Amino acid sequence: MMDPETYLGFESPGPRAEDMETLALSDAPSDYRSAISSFSAAADGGDDPARSLPPPPPYPVSPSPPPSYADVVPSPFRSQDPAADLAAPADYVAIAVSEPQKEQDAGGVYVSYLVASRWRGGEERRVRRRFREVDADRLAEAYRGFLVPPRPDKGVVEGQVMQQHEFLELRRAALERYLRRLAAHPAIGRGDELRAFLEAPGRFTDGAAQPPSHAPPQEAVHPAKGGRDLLRIFKELKQSVANDWGGAKPPVAEEDRDFLERKEKMQDLEQQLTTSSQQAEALVKAQQDVGETMGQLGRVFIKLTKLETEEAIYNSQRTRAADIKRVAVATVKAGRLYRELNAQIVKHLEVLHEYLELMLAVRSAFSDRASALLTVQTLVSDLSSIQARVEKLETASSKVFGGDRWRLHKIEELKETIRATEDAKTFALREYERIKEINRSELERLDRERHDDFLSMLKGFVVNQVGYAEELASVWAKVADETRGYARG
Amino acid sequence: MISTERSPFGPSGQNPRSPSENPFLTISVTDPVKLGNSVQSYISYRVITKTNLPEFEDSEKIVIRRYSDFEWLHDRLAEKYKGFFIPPLPEKSTVEKFRFSAEFIETRRQALDMFINRVASHPELRKSEDLKIFLQEDEEKMERIRTLEIGYFKKKPADLIQIFKDVGSKVSDVVLGKEKPMEESTPEYEKLKHYIFELEDHLAEAQKQAFRLVKRHRELGQSLSDFGKAIKLLGSCEGDSLGKVFSELGSKSELLSIKLQKEAHNLLMNFEEPLKDYVRAVQSIKATMADRANAFRQQCELAETVKLKMINIEKLALMHSEKHGEAEMEYKELKAESEEATRRFENIVKLMNEELVRFQEQKTADMGLAFHEFAKGQAKLANDIADAWRNILPKLEACSSSS
Repeated sequence: MMDPETYLGFESPGPRAEDMETLALSDAPSDYRSAISSFSAAADGGDDPARSLPPPPPYPVSPSPPPSYADVVPSPFRSQDPAADLAAPADYVAIAVSEPQKEQDAGGVYVSYLVASRWRGGEERRVRRRFREVDADRLAEAYRGFLVPPRPDKGVVEGQVMQQHEFLELRRAALERYLRRLAAHPAIGRGDELRAFLEAPGRFTDGAAQPPSHAPPQEAVHPAKGGRDLLRIFKELKQSVANDWGGAKPPVAEEDRDFLERKEKMQDLEQQLTTSSQQAEALVKAQQDVGETMGQLGRVFIKLTKLETEEAIYNSQRTRAADIKRVAVATVKAGRLYRELNAQIVKHLEVLHEYLELMLAVRSAFSDRASALLTVQTLVSDLSSIQARVEKLETASSKVFGGDRWRLHKIEELKETIRATEDAKTFALREYERIKEINRSELERLDRERHDDFLSMLKGFVVNQVGYAEELASVWAKVADETRGYARG
Repeated sequence: MISTERSPFGPSGQNPRSPSENPFLTISVTDPVKLGNSVQSYISYRVITKTNLPEFEDSEKIVIRRYSDFEWLHDRLAEKYKGFFIPPLPEKSTVEKFRFSAEFIETRRQALDMFINRVASHPELRKSEDLKIFLQEDEEKMERIRTLEIGYFKKKPADLIQIFKDVGSKVSDVVLGKEKPMEESTPEYEKLKHYIFELEDHLAEAQKQAFRLVKRHRELGQSLSDFGKAIKLLGSCEGDSLGKVFSELGSKSELLSIKLQKEAHNLLMNFEEPLKDYVRAVQSIKATMADRANAFRQQCELAETVKLKMINIEKLALMHSEKHGEAEMEYKELKAESEEATRRFENIVKLMNEELVRFQEQKTADMGLAFHEFAKGQAKLANDIADAWRNILPKLEACSSSS
């Protein structure tokens, strides 16, 4: 458990923690930067003082493709000069979760955690939060198309019997990891949702806390929603793509072959990550078992040494006692080395688990895209059906001499609806294109980061295996040498 | 065959080379073969004897023997050579499905080979007539002899347990202050008893852990193999150079899995089995201690009886009874028996002391070798592991510099 006073340093364990902090972050597109600078002007000196901005929407609506994300490694050790790198470094430099506390309210007993964070600007904030106050649904909504890190569920510890403090520790660690991932995400890390969660004083229950005044109110216009009517929403829900790879019924016609290929690749990746994760766990357990048994064997040998030493009558016993002692010491040491090696390996192989979790985010991102496409297609088909109705009415009305007041009125209404629907369709198309592009760049980011993370995982694995194996070899070689007098022939 | 390390004349003996000058007797137990029908199948072994001793008819003889034949020999020796530590036999197998596994057959063969060679190199036991019968008689005669006598001489397990219980309780009785006159309880012997019991305890534990370690090696090997396969598949999702590294890693994993299985086998044969053998040897000592306890009790009882008889005779003498003469004769007989019992007991004590020296020396050598093999095997395994993984490092470096 991290002491809040000391969390501000980078944690020492393994590459993983550091990688979290140094994940390649993206260059903020101009809208992002504007979104930030509106409330960071004071702390930052402003990246773009020339801009005067309206309250920014929760995400940029610009139809132009976002700029490519440059690889930037943010860290406190880099120069703080914003001009030095095109991209703004990560907003949050350090996040730590600690101090689980039991609390009670009308709903019952729950646990809250102290969440401490330090922003690039240098101020430390501390708030007390409940696990469920992270509104994963809102994040998913606000960041459609992105790879939104999935929130760790309570079910994380399924099937394991453990003490309460162990359980709390797992939850704490999971929450910490999750928040750090959110902070490291190029878009979410700079978004209001995370900021509000980390900084809004008091309890952060839905709607109760006041987000920073310059942030948009809760009911901010969500362009994709704008213009819809209830009927369309029902239609969409019925046809909505199931949140899985197989696709919906009816399947959304996705023409982009490139995308389909990528989708297949992701499915395959998920499969292999699942198997690899499982086998990694089994491997770690097997290594642990070897270490433990070695330790136990060593301890018995020590007991034997004691017996032969204390009750020695013959010289041969004393010789043997010395031999047993050599082996005992080596065996105990070997046990320790195996267990130490394991502790290192566990950290490295954890990357597999993390990427497996991330595949959930990939699925969501794909399904965001599918539902955006569905919206477009629904609107298109609506348009054509309304169009047909108008034509029918016009035909019928033309047959009535002098016009049909009711029909003419109806036609006017429908033409109005057509205009609104056209607008909605334009919006929806833009939204679809936007999400497509986000998908694409996020997948690229995933590929890049995965490449780096896997590489460092393999390196860590191999380097540790080599190092510990060499040490084990020298421990045993010494004993073999000391006992070579007994060798046959 | 382990005759090269078991010189016929004890641990300090020379290795005889020239048949005409140095007497030798070397035996090997080989070629286990499954015989019999499905209901009553068993394993038979070839026992090859090479000798230049005059007591043996042929200089080279091959016979076929099964476990029960070895058992027969062991029991005969235990019966006739009280005071000596009879070399231990491997256990009778109770688990049916395990009985014909390759591993079981090999470890049993090795243990039987050790048994017969230890008998052959023991200065006294090698003179046994039963040993000659075992090594020379044809199979039908051997079977007849075995089935005739096996019931008669065989100690029933229940009896053994009772004897062990008695031996064990002596320590606690003395500790509790309940002096039983019929039990030997000199401080040196108490010390020895305590040592033997502690030793068996620790050794049994060591053997158990050693066996577990063998299993753990196998499990690690298996999981490395599975991991290697999974990693290879994962690598195929990645790009060129990284994918290749994954593939390399997977291959190395599979390679090391094989090495682990090998080392597991080595551990079993050259480390765990010697420990098991050590446990059996200690149990054999306990059997001798039981014999010693019996002899002591007999000696005490007879001494008591003689004393009482003496008193009786004096009474009869005073009464001028005609039974006096008869009683005197009985007394003489009893006295002789009592002296014989005392001689038997003292012989066992003397033999035990000599055997103990031999035992300790032999076990230091045996364990020294076992430790050496253990350390050697582990060192080789660790080196193989380091080499395999080290091989991947340059490819990993190449990957990061290019990315």
